[in-house]
Amino acid sequence: METYQVSEISEHMSFLEMMDVLNERLITEGKEPVAFDHDCREGICGSCSMYINGEPHGPDRGVTTCQLHMRKFKDGDTIHIEPWRASAFPVIKDLVVDRSAFDRIIQSGGYVSVNTSGNSQDANAIPIPKENADLAFDAATCIGCGACVAACKNSSAMLFVSAKVSQLALLPQGQIERKERVLNMVDQMDTEGFGNCSNTGACEIECPKGISLDNIARMNREFLSAKV
Amino acid sequence: MSTLDSKIPEGPIKDKWTNHKNNINVVNPANKRLIDVIVVGSGLAGGAASASLAELGYNVKCFCFQDSPRRAHSIAAQGGINAAKNYQNDGDSTYRLFYDTVKGGDYRAREANVYRLAEVSANIIDQCVAQGVPFAREYGGLLDNRSFGGVLVSRTFYAKGQTGQQLLLGAYSAMSRQINKGKIKMYNRHEMLDLVIVDGKARGIIARNLVTGELERHSAHAVVLASGGYGNVFYLSTNAMGSNVTAAWRAHRKGAFFANPCYTQIHPTCIPRSGDYQSKLTLMSESLRNDGRIWVPKNKEDVEAIRSGKKKPTDLSEEERDYYLERRYPAFGNLVPRDVASRAAKERCDAGYGVNKTGEAVYLDFGSAIMRYGREKANVLHIKNPSDAQIKELGEGVIEAKYGNLFQMYEKITDDNPYKTPMMIYPAVHYTMGGLWVDYNLMTTVPGCFAAGEANFSDHGANRLGASALMQGLADGYFVLPYTIGDFLANDIRTGAIPNDSAEFLEAEKETKARLESLVNNKGTKSVDHFHKRLGKVMWDKVGMARNEQGLKEAIAEIQQIREEFYKDVFVPGSSNEFNTELEKATRVADFIELGELFAKDALERNESCGGHFREESQTPEGEALRNDKDFAYTSAWEWTGNPSQANLHKEPLTFHDIELKQRSYK
Repeated sequence: METYQVSEISEHMSFLEMMDVLNERLITEGKEPVAFDHDCREGICGSCSMYINGEPHGPDRGVTTCQLHMRKFKDGDTIHIEPWRASAFPVIKDLVVDRSAFDRIIQSGGYVSVNTSGNSQDANAIPIPKENADLAFDAATCIGCGACVAACKNSSAMLFVSAKVSQLALLPQGQIERKERVLNMVDQMDTEGFGNCSNTGACEIECPKGISLDNIARMNREFLSAKV
Repeated sequence: MSTLDSKIPEGPIKDKWTNHKNNINVVNPANKRLIDVIVVGSGLAGGAASASLAELGYNVKCFCFQDSPRRAHSIAAQGGINAAKNYQNDGDSTYRLFYDTVKGGDYRAREANVYRLAEVSANIIDQCVAQGVPFAREYGGLLDNRSFGGVLVSRTFYAKGQTGQQLLLGAYSAMSRQINKGKIKMYNRHEMLDLVIVDGKARGIIARNLVTGELERHSAHAVVLASGGYGNVFYLSTNAMGSNVTAAWRAHRKGAFFANPCYTQIHPTCIPRSGDYQSKLTLMSESLRNDGRIWVPKNKEDVEAIRSGKKKPTDLSEEERDYYLERRYPAFGNLVPRDVASRAAKERCDAGYGVNKTGEAVYLDFGSAIMRYGREKANVLHIKNPSDAQIKELGEGVIEAKYGNLFQMYEKITDDNPYKTPMMIYPAVHYTMGGLWVDYNLMTTVPGCFAAGEANFSDHGANRLGASALMQGLADGYFVLPYTIGDFLANDIRTGAIPNDSAEFLEAEKETKARLESLVNNKGTKSVDHFHKRLGKVMWDKVGMARNEQGLKEAIAEIQQIREEFYKDVFVPGSSNEFNTELEKATRVADFIELGELFAKDALERNESCGGHFREESQTPEGEALRNDKDFAYTSAWEWTGNPSQANLHKEPLTFHDIELKQRSYK
């Protein structure tokens, strides 16, 4: 563990801009900066991944670390920053972890098997009840950041996996492959070493996009009906 | 390579694409298995191209610098995607979308390309729905549309304020399916640092594994660059921190012409800078201008009082406010196109009327919209003689339903409640219309090197309309490139695998290694960001929204100075054979500095105001942008000759057969 002191931090800075200030200072002192993942800095790419004072993305709700602002802290605070904690997310350097397990779960079935085609049927050929379309959208807003895994005492990836399973189970396009999809994705999730779900709900609280626990319930039903 | 052959097919505009597809070479399915394609970038263009090429049977290697292809910056697009479906029965058509796009681009785009874009737009929506993209729907279960700036129909498909995310995840899922089959080999956390040319053809890349720092030689029969735009040359922009020009710039240095580098889109509604530590700017959707009124105080005393905190914006009466867009452009008011709105905000702030501490902010006020909606709602609810407070509360509810997520985002960032006090906004760099020059097949001037999406000089001319970038990225990736690349690859069915240990590969690797070593061994005193910020300031002040000859000449000299100091004094900690974020930044900024100079040179050469680009020497007596079709109706394509200052200019004349050239007016 390293401790750094940073000064002249404005309350309007984002948490990552505070890290920039620290790194700029380390570089001027001829030292190596602290490595962390970040990219869009507007809460949508899912790159940033810090575990701040015991919470993924820090104390604010419904935001990623890049949208967390220093006004949420007090002058003089000591802030503890850790990388995501999960054996399925090995640490690469400092605060950077390897989340490619999530990609492999999607690769195992998180899609509809249609090729690119200039003649697929018209987009309005199958009406979809607005309620289902909206629920599918809510599930699809997952940014794949991994906060759910980091928050979970079992390092379970159920919220992430269930969000994709739900999105496609709720849409007519996802029906054909519905059963094998959930079986394959759950199988891959287990292979990657993620833990089980014990319905604590920490993932839902910490999710920056508010992905609902209902998705986990839906995935359990999907899994059960695919198994029997 | 002195003449540009755009390879525009013969025939009437509506038949060109069909004729072209019928006439170009095709590779048979068995032979596709023998051909490798490299795709650099995994956003809408790169992701869609990778998936589609792999489905066709080609062996694809896709590279992205992010830790997952799902994080490409297309993910951040908010508003929507245009398509000429005419679902709203409002008279939309392929021709109308084509016309709006050419006009919106201020007549500096290539007609045939834009028509093709409009033509395939409808297929994109069909394809995305088939993939399970959850677009917004109406209660009857059919797709919903909304309207965007600069057009007269409703043709924008959307998924709340996260359309880019949903479309990208669609392309990502299609890619994931091919990765699972082994048809795409994905290289996450890899960055292309050079293009390798063998016998005059692009045959591979040098990529750096960003985790281990190792350089890798990757060969293929063709290379597709879908590496996005270069807005970060301004340091501050709405682009992601990692967005960079390196892939495109390295191809440029190997012979690919760079077209229209000076065409940048400056978006009018972004959250202003709050201090020197600022790392990026956040966009607030264009849709807000439907209901927000833009103003600054009429009197300088009020400006001072507001800046020092003695007055609040809500203290000013209607008479004390200058709704400058409504004043200058009564016909379009607050809904003028992006370029016009941006320039007008800069004009007021330059004149000293900016309303925040930095003097670079104007108000976007929802006060009157809240009262208007509130009164409507009170009528609907049959509330007799409602109090102002009641009306306000009802109105705030309506605004929340329309823009709730944007208002929340604004409050999270600024800690100001935009329901109670006007938002502060200022223009910011958002998108670059310029990029690698490509012909109708999307091939650059280097045979076998293709460019797609924002990385090419594209179909948007001098200004891009809202909801058109997503359309172009997916059109290139799903529906154009998979066909046109076959025309080139048909000659390679007997070539066999391209060796990656030829002299050309080893030489490119050696050069790249030397470049990286010189950066880490430089041991100067200033950080990479120090130079990037200085470059950004010159670009913004002298090559940004308004430019003139003197300023541009100064900018070129200053950028050359920054370049010299960069190589003398930059400090990159760590080594080249490890995870080193500062080294990543250093290679990108080195290329941005060179691009910046070419950008200024291009702006200097184009002595006309068009699109987002305002040249002070070229304006009407009323101070509006004045285009010069007689002298500048061409695409500038620059050839690298060893230094940006000596780049050779090639001109591709733009001819308009199907659309009449007109001066735009919004008065």
